[in-house]
Amino acid sequence: MVFRMIRFLARRLGYYVVLVFLATSLTYFLASASFSPRSVYADRNPAPAAAVIDAKLDHIGVNDKTPLVVRYGHWLGDAVQGNLGQTIQDKSVNDAFWPRLGVSLRLLLVGSVIGIVVGVLVGVWNAIRQYRVSDRVSAVVSIVLISTPVFLTAVFLKIGATKLNQDTGTQIINFTGEATPGLSGSWLDLLADRGVHLLLPTISIALGLIAIYSRYQRATMLDVLGSDFLRTARAKGLTKRQATFKHGLRTALIPMTTLFAYGFLGILTGATFTEKIFGWNGLGAWFIDAVGNNDVNAVTAYTLFAAVVVLLAGFLADTMTAVLDPRVRRS
Amino acid sequence: MTDTRIEPVDGTTVGRADTPLPGTPEPGRKQRSRFVQTVVRVFMNRGAGLGTVVIVLLFAFAFIGPLVSPWGFSQIDYTAFTQPPSGTHWFGTNGIGQDVFTQTARGMQKSLLIGLLVAVFSTALAALAGAAAGYFGGWTDRLVMFFVDLLLVLPSFLIIAIISPRIQNSGWIVLVVLIAAFGWMVTARVVRSMTLSVKEREFVRAARYMGIGPFRIIVRHILPNVASFLIIDGTIQVGAAVLSETSLSYFGFGVQTPDVSLGTLIAQNQDSALTYPWLFYPAAGALVVFAIAANLVGDGLRDALDPTSATGKRQKRTGRKRDQNQAAVDAATITTQAGAGA
Repeated sequence: MVFRMIRFLARRLGYYVVLVFLATSLTYFLASASFSPRSVYADRNPAPAAAVIDAKLDHIGVNDKTPLVVRYGHWLGDAVQGNLGQTIQDKSVNDAFWPRLGVSLRLLLVGSVIGIVVGVLVGVWNAIRQYRVSDRVSAVVSIVLISTPVFLTAVFLKIGATKLNQDTGTQIINFTGEATPGLSGSWLDLLADRGVHLLLPTISIALGLIAIYSRYQRATMLDVLGSDFLRTARAKGLTKRQATFKHGLRTALIPMTTLFAYGFLGILTGATFTEKIFGWNGLGAWFIDAVGNNDVNAVTAYTLFAAVVVLLAGFLADTMTAVLDPRVRRS
Repeated sequence: MTDTRIEPVDGTTVGRADTPLPGTPEPGRKQRSRFVQTVVRVFMNRGAGLGTVVIVLLFAFAFIGPLVSPWGFSQIDYTAFTQPPSGTHWFGTNGIGQDVFTQTARGMQKSLLIGLLVAVFSTALAALAGAAAGYFGGWTDRLVMFFVDLLLVLPSFLIIAIISPRIQNSGWIVLVVLIAAFGWMVTARVVRSMTLSVKEREFVRAARYMGIGPFRIIVRHILPNVASFLIIDGTIQVGAAVLSETSLSYFGFGVQTPDVSLGTLIAQNQDSALTYPWLFYPAAGALVVFAIAANLVGDGLRDALDPTSATGKRQKRTGRKRDQNQAAVDAATITTQAGAGA
């Protein structure tokens, strides 16, 4: 049975690799067609000589005088060896990529874990206490949160924090960047400082997720709560809590896995706003800047990251489904 | 009531329902058309009724506001820079003397237009692609589904951001086309799975044996049977598309100056929220209120059109399994709403 499950997952993984490859290539072509890297150099004042520009663009690999297919071939040859090329400023994409990856992952992981866990718990709580005051209040709050786009949530949080800091006269909540620059102290102070900086960006990502997941978890949980197998579980002597969590929640989580996977796409786009608004040097903010800079290689590197992360989330969801649902393993 | 209607897919009442058999008229009771029935049901739902009223008011504000306002949306009043709301400028003015009321109304108008058009286009595209994939099967199916998977890996926000430098001078219609072109995938997936069950039914087979072409079968026999889903999804898409547009415009990838949309207004004025609140809150408030209203109407429509799904109040602990389609619809909503990236 375990073997079947592994084969099921392996086949999915193979399909995902093809998707990542095509998605990245597609972006490369799109970006090459849409951006004009030449203008970055040609519009400088004083404008460099044409030959100088050509040499520079050739070195970066984005010279529009070279046929697109040739450029793509060079880029792909480097990429499979782990070299993602040069940015438009002729610096290594890899060097820019890895430090930012850490920054982004911190935000994405903490945000989505909090969003999923709190969302599921709130959903279960609301389902168990259906129609009570807590359930109704959650319904209203979540529809407001779902209707607020991430950038607005982030701006509202920022306004709230600024007001709090102004009113109290001290910087209680620092929210610009990942850490206070030049702060010295024990490692505990530094860690606390980073924690405070992480606070608002994480909340702004997690709030929307909590709202959405809790609504769906409530619905799936309600479907399960009246079912025969829960009554059987109670009849054989489990306590209400045991039955609800061991048999009920497990079943109610299965349809949620798809949502977690798709939700990650949203988290990823949401993170570009959060990073930009709170001044984090993450990959999302890097991507937005790269579009403004006509930077083909950087944009493609970001797509690679996005595609891999989305598919990893999908793969995790598949695994979770296979673990939770015996029917998937058998078929 | 004797019933001649075609038994609908997954319990949904569909098509020209409720027509009694000829010769067995129901005495003394006029049949309400399905349309009227639905409208009545939507208004019986308190949230959806309120949402509809709010949307109508917002539309009135967006389309009549610029007409009643004495100012143009880009007109500059050199006597009033950053003035708070007053009799001459109802919502105040911004740093270069533009009237905030007119700008908000105009921005709302643009956002609403884009949202509506995107919803229409992407739902139509989803219906055709999904139905074709489900009906033809085989390689058509594989091709469409592969395309759907591919676009699900690439967030549409990302693709449109990349294309945006190219379309900066092409106007907002191109933006509509782009958002629609990358926003139909999840809906198409659901339409496909619904088509798979509809195409096995007798009336489709009958039509095929009568020699009716596949395109006509899809349009005349299959799509009417998934119409309720398309209507519900289309409504939700309006709200989602407005959020996409504002998100793109927030970064300058969408609507371009001198034109305004809610997204560009929010981006311009976000830092003034504490010092000059009248610059920020009208646009931000309009956006959130509209999105809430659209969500309420979407939920209400779902309750009215689809008896198997009862969101909110009427839901009972039935022990009923949520079906696959519902899960996919939920997924659609989540993708579009979680990151506002549609």
